[in-house]
Amino acid sequence: MSLATASSPHIHSGANITALMLRVLLALVPAIIAYTWFFGWGLIINIAIAITVALGSEALMLRLRQRPLAPFLTDGSAVLTAVLLAFCIPPLAPWWITVMGAAFAIIVAKQLYGGLGYNPFNPAMVGYVMLLISFPLEMTGWVAPNMLNQLHISFIDTVHIIFQGHFPYALSMDALTMATPLDAVKIERGLNRTVPDIIAGNPIFSGLGGVGWEWVGGGVLLGGLWLIFKRDISWHIPVSVLGSLFVMSLFFFMLDPDVYPSPIFHLFGGATLLAAFFIATDPVSASTTPRGRIIYGIGIGVLIYVIRSWGSYPDAVAFAVLMMNMAAPTIDYYTQPPVFGHSTVKPVPADDTPGNNP
Amino acid sequence: MRRLFQFRGGLHLNAHKKNATLKPVVPAHLPKRLVLPLQQHIGKPAKPVVAVGDTVLKGQLIAEASDTVSSPVHASSSGVVTAITAQLIPHTSGLSAPCIVIETDGHETWRPRKKQVYDDHQHTPAQLREKIRQAGIVGMGGAGFPSHIKLNPSGKAVDTLILNGAECEPYITCDEMLLQERAQEVIAGLRIMRDALNAKRCIIGVEDNKPEAFLALQQQVRTTNVDFIDVIQVPTVYPTGGEKQLIQVLTGLEVPSGGLPLDVGIVCHNVGTAYAVYRAIELDEPLISRYVTIAGSVAHARNLDVLIGTPVMDLIEECGGTPETLSRVIMGGPMMGIALHSTHVPVVKTTNCILVNARADNTPQPSRGAFALPCIRCGACAEACPIDLLPQQLYWYSRAKDFDKVQDFHLFDCIECGCCDYVCPSQIPLVHYFRYAKTEIWALEQEKKQANIARERHDFREFRQEREKREKQERHKRKRAALKKDTGGSDADKTLDAKKAAIEAAMARVRAKREADTVAPKNMDNLTEQQQQLVNEADARRARSAADISKETRA
Repeated sequence: MSLATASSPHIHSGANITALMLRVLLALVPAIIAYTWFFGWGLIINIAIAITVALGSEALMLRLRQRPLAPFLTDGSAVLTAVLLAFCIPPLAPWWITVMGAAFAIIVAKQLYGGLGYNPFNPAMVGYVMLLISFPLEMTGWVAPNMLNQLHISFIDTVHIIFQGHFPYALSMDALTMATPLDAVKIERGLNRTVPDIIAGNPIFSGLGGVGWEWVGGGVLLGGLWLIFKRDISWHIPVSVLGSLFVMSLFFFMLDPDVYPSPIFHLFGGATLLAAFFIATDPVSASTTPRGRIIYGIGIGVLIYVIRSWGSYPDAVAFAVLMMNMAAPTIDYYTQPPVFGHSTVKPVPADDTPGNNP
Repeated sequence: MRRLFQFRGGLHLNAHKKNATLKPVVPAHLPKRLVLPLQQHIGKPAKPVVAVGDTVLKGQLIAEASDTVSSPVHASSSGVVTAITAQLIPHTSGLSAPCIVIETDGHETWRPRKKQVYDDHQHTPAQLREKIRQAGIVGMGGAGFPSHIKLNPSGKAVDTLILNGAECEPYITCDEMLLQERAQEVIAGLRIMRDALNAKRCIIGVEDNKPEAFLALQQQVRTTNVDFIDVIQVPTVYPTGGEKQLIQVLTGLEVPSGGLPLDVGIVCHNVGTAYAVYRAIELDEPLISRYVTIAGSVAHARNLDVLIGTPVMDLIEECGGTPETLSRVIMGGPMMGIALHSTHVPVVKTTNCILVNARADNTPQPSRGAFALPCIRCGACAEACPIDLLPQQLYWYSRAKDFDKVQDFHLFDCIECGCCDYVCPSQIPLVHYFRYAKTEIWALEQEKKQANIARERHDFREFRQEREKREKQERHKRKRAALKKDTGGSDADKTLDAKKAAIEAAMARVRAKREADTVAPKNMDNLTEQQQQLVNEADARRARSAADISKETRA
């Protein structure tokens, strides 16, 4: 008879990474549905491509690194990276864009650094930035909202577009794509038009930022709040990202509403909500202390605003996240919470050794 | 209503306490053989005072305390000492240690006892402590620190004596049953402890999932009619039963890091210890038995009054466990207990629970997976930590063996409660890493200490040799001076002169001999004319060349 003799504790909550990643993926479902409704089947196809490539790359690298395949392929982290990356790629981008992005994210940004838990940068964002810098044309061809469901471009049509570049009904890429609200503001501000003019003169804007985009944002918000409720992510990062972006944009909006769009536009525009709830909260590359997470989140919020307003890219989520990823270890070191028993005065040494007193 | 405080972190665990509290506590069967380790406490092991073959009575002293921080051991039942050897003890690494083995005779014959009813202030604190020391009482909540030391305020004022009845670990119910059944005795013990400490007031803290124990205590306090004892219900959060945590919950005070509760005017004892104190003072019975919970995969989970030294296997069998199917046996609770290497180890003074796992019915479930994934720094551990540590960082640096950094992150404040480990989604054995790091650091410090001792010893040796040399020289000088004084200068001078002369003569002899050897050329006798000529020519050349050289040097 041999007894198990592992050291305490002997029970476990049953929490595991696969379940955690699956809940995060589940939380993305409302956003995926909204996205598909407004922008067509492209996202679904891109997700499928990205997941396939991500898992394949992960398996290849694990094999090369002589690590066990099963636990790491089933942990769900590569799937989540793939889905987040697919969210950032224009829905009708050619297939090889997604393939390259997913492979780069997993092979270079994740596995070369040591795999799960060891990557200093968010892999999905590294993949996205690589694509954005290398293939700016393909990466900015965003589909106009409602275009695909109005034109009845089917799933099969979308597959043809993505894999063969064949457009149905003699359409072209140019006919389907359109500047995103953030693009529009950036470009037309360059032509010295005021923000209210830009918004009034363009049908893609609506109450909360942009037609379609606001619904995607709403889906992300729903999923993100559910994750906070389930305690899968802490409130610190989303609140500080959105809070700092809100404060920054409110300040400048009050200063000059002709030049600076409203806080609502910033919160619901672009990938702000996705970043706040799903990208910046990637625990591996984020800060890990409570105070550190707030500093990290504020940094991302401020950087998003600065790059959007004065930089040359319309959206800035990926750059902001990657820059704060770099700062995370330092932030963590300087934001240790006060430890129990250290806040009070040091103990006064006893005037006698215990036990010797009468 | 008293205001309570809450420590950050902690866990809400399934209690699993119901089963074992349904039956009243009865004495466990008398085992055939009792194994009594000489060390069941923190400090030095006890020294045996009996020999193999001795007949002992129940409650008789069999090993005495060897130091201030030590505790005596008594025979738990009457019988014969059959061995004093190393036996397996309850230990994380399955070690053996010296034990006294008693073959019981079944008579349970007590040594003579002097019973008394204790009145407040009947004995001086020092007398009480001495009696408690002699009774071999140690902290029964798990740590096993000798109680007479913890009952010594060492000149400090004790404001509050806290009795810990929180019992926050799942499955364990021995304190709960003790409070239900022995509230009167526990209160009596508490009053004795209060006298020993001169404490102003007492608080008994009980978790709010033990209403019966709470009511029994409240009832008893009301009957006793004293105003200095409060019975307080505390929220059921693991690890409220930790000393520092309970103090924080009840008083809001933080015990300083590296300090004692006494530093904030508080002393904390387990309810079981109070009961043992009562038995020692009023019944004159040393600590030879205790309440133990037997729970988990046994047919009849319950609490038993167990003699110290009873083999764990006897208890499992008595509660309907089957030896063949055991997969894991934990002494203590599922969060902080020790997984036993053998079921032949005895129950000791600090054993509160035997938690049994069988292969067929593997409660408690679930346990950690065998394969730990890497840390993803999600921070669930930091949220659960009652000390506000960052276990993810401690893990990172422990794994990297960066023992300076790991201490920067306050490794030594970790109480090893296991909360971080329990919630970790990567299922990393975090507490194991922290124990490893602590042990490594202790070993390094020990090494450093040893090296310092060696260096000091070496320095002292050099100093001593230097001193001895100096002393020798001085001694000689003194002796010479003394000689001089004794004989008067002239004689000594004469001897010295004679010696000098002799040396000079010898030197002269040596010189003469050396000259004779070197100056006269060898084999110069009986030379032929031709040879003589060659020699002469050579001499001439030598002279010439010598002249040339001197000329050259001059030029």
